[in-house]
Amino acid sequence: MCYLWPTNLSFQSKKGKFAPQESDNIMMKKLLLGDEAIAQGAIDAGLSGVYAYPGTPSTEITEYIQGYQKATGADIYCRWCTNEKTAMETALGMSFAGKRSLVCMKHVGMNVAADPFVNSSITGVNGGLVVLVADDPSMHSSQDEQDSRYYGKFALIPIFEPSSQQEAYDMMEYAYNLSESLKLPVMMRTVTRLAHSRAVVTLKPQREQNRLNPVENSRDWVLLPVNARRRYASLIEKQEEIMNLSLESPFNSYKSEAKEYEMGAIACGNAFNYLQECFPDGIPFPVLKLSQYPIPTNIVLTMAEQCKSLMVIEDGQPFVEEQIKGMLPTECNIVGRLSGALPRTGELNPDIVKAAFGIPVLPHADVAQNIVARPPALCQGCGHRNVYEAINLVLKEYEGSKVFGDIGCYTLGALPPYQALDSTVDMGASITMAKGAADAGIFPAVAIIGDSTFTHSGMTGLLDAVNANSPITVIISDNLTTGMTGGQDSAGTNKFEAICKGIGVDPEHLKVVVPLPQNMEEITRILREEINYRGLSVIIPRRECIQTLTRKAKAKNKQ
Amino acid sequence: MKTDIILAGVGGQGILSIATVIGQAALEEGLYIKQAEVHGMSQRGGDVQSNLRISDQPIASDLISLGQADVIIAMEPMEALRYKQYLSTDGWIITSSNPFVNIGNYPELENIIAELKAMPNVVLIDTEALGKENKMPKAVNMILLGAASRALNNISFEKLAESIKSIFGRKGDAIVEMNIKALEIGKNCQ
Repeated sequence: MCYLWPTNLSFQSKKGKFAPQESDNIMMKKLLLGDEAIAQGAIDAGLSGVYAYPGTPSTEITEYIQGYQKATGADIYCRWCTNEKTAMETALGMSFAGKRSLVCMKHVGMNVAADPFVNSSITGVNGGLVVLVADDPSMHSSQDEQDSRYYGKFALIPIFEPSSQQEAYDMMEYAYNLSESLKLPVMMRTVTRLAHSRAVVTLKPQREQNRLNPVENSRDWVLLPVNARRRYASLIEKQEEIMNLSLESPFNSYKSEAKEYEMGAIACGNAFNYLQECFPDGIPFPVLKLSQYPIPTNIVLTMAEQCKSLMVIEDGQPFVEEQIKGMLPTECNIVGRLSGALPRTGELNPDIVKAAFGIPVLPHADVAQNIVARPPALCQGCGHRNVYEAINLVLKEYEGSKVFGDIGCYTLGALPPYQALDSTVDMGASITMAKGAADAGIFPAVAIIGDSTFTHSGMTGLLDAVNANSPITVIISDNLTTGMTGGQDSAGTNKFEAICKGIGVDPEHLKVVVPLPQNMEEITRILREEINYRGLSVIIPRRECIQTLTRKAKAKNKQ
Repeated sequence: MKTDIILAGVGGQGILSIATVIGQAALEEGLYIKQAEVHGMSQRGGDVQSNLRISDQPIASDLISLGQADVIIAMEPMEALRYKQYLSTDGWIITSSNPFVNIGNYPELENIIAELKAMPNVVLIDTEALGKENKMPKAVNMILLGAASRALNNISFEKLAESIKSIFGRKGDAIVEMNIKALEIGKNCQ
């Protein structure tokens, strides 16, 4: 189980069972974001379709494939989906047809996709299926820092966690080959720091796409209890093979020869880089570089025999640390995020890992005196600004009003100068929380939700509100795009009045306004009227995102 | 030979373009690169930074440690100060002296400048004036990069210019020429 450390960090030296064949073609080098390396890796592995809803830090994967498709005319499906659940199911449909598909999401998107995700390990796959989840430790652009590896373990499938952009690229083809061999979906977990960091990646020749080859034994895919029990038993049977794949993985490596054996380290994915950074002359103790799960139990047991204590370095939650605590003899001391040796929250960095090993930091200046925070803000000229001005003006007139917010640029309405929001929880929760609050007696209860978030997860909640004729005012602030993630297509553009009417919103209480300063009198009047109406109303302030508008104007000028 | 660079500024000031130009030049030089960027929420007028590491040896971490950066390149003086604890004791700060005031509690500019000047190696550049004077207000980030080019000890000025050509090429010759001129103005302004 010992092998020498690669001198080049682009980790390729050990060839695994599913590694692609070597080729004499001239290798091409590209400077790629982690996300772009994943996208290029999928394309080069013979991808036929990518399905995703935009979410930081995963958005650039689909955008890269869209750019590639546009530039080359490749036959790869790459339109945005309405939400992560539709994305996951559509990807599974493509796999059913025998082709390779990719589904991408941010970590909280996994909660939305969880139902089809977990059940896809029961159906199994036909064409290779990679479920890419980008976690956001430190919550740079998120509402929590949940660790998607728990979902992968929950679904009993292999999980990959790359430590570099090159490895992310190389893993994609390996993951597709493994998925088709095991007939299971596989998860690839990345984190913000890798997703949004660039490095040089060496590309390989592109593999052809799979031909149409639909599932023949549909019984496996009809999850009636009688079939599902059989499928679940088959999934359990595969666990030994999945464990062996981790033990033999070219992405996992155990370096057992060392100068000292007081302690050993298990470094997961990206954390391996920080460990290396701490020991530029070589890590003096045994190290397990862990980039494929389930945890290779036998290697960890060997380590525990050799070392008195083990430090687990992992970004996210103490996923590995918790598991090996239950796996090892009690004499071996396990330390990490759970024990407090590393901080329990926030992303890792080289200084945090240094501190855990008692390595002094380099001499450096004190933190500056003359600095203040510079929080993000809604753009000048953004329509959401006018909407919040109107909300604040009108709600001043009511005692006990509450505004339930949602996820998007307009969440910034919670910060000064507006400070207009009383809650922001998850995609779509504005409408349903406003309804629940109104059910309990809160008045006025106002929901504010963006256009893309509304089609993602707001429509079903609106139906609940319509059916109860809840006395809430729903504001769908429509800027014709998915703004926060950089202006991707929004699924419901030009359909919102029809959607609302179709769901059953009374046309008398469905109003559209243009959020501009000169219309403030009209907007506040309508808002007041609809709040006073003791039933469900929807107001749609509609004006294009200032960012996409400027971009389009620039593109037009160029022509 | 390694250069650890922290790029700092406010969303929309062109920090990532500076990073792209240096990164492309490093790729052409056949060097190892790691460049951590900020995407998403902070880009809406908040502070943004990028850790750019270039070396002739493999690079492990995407992030720079405290006291490790060779140079801080900043489009804004307070944003330069924000990362001073990451600068090595003999590192350089090359920053625009023009404040970007989009918050109510922006500190006194003279205090910021004084704190910057208390650092051992600081170059302050009035990029706004240079941009106006040379009629290139949109290329001030390249003026700053030009000024910082001497501190990038493993990338030549010529490679930066070539990199501008390949990155801005599709925007037309006029844009390429303006950005290369901006780079030269920055280089000669010290």
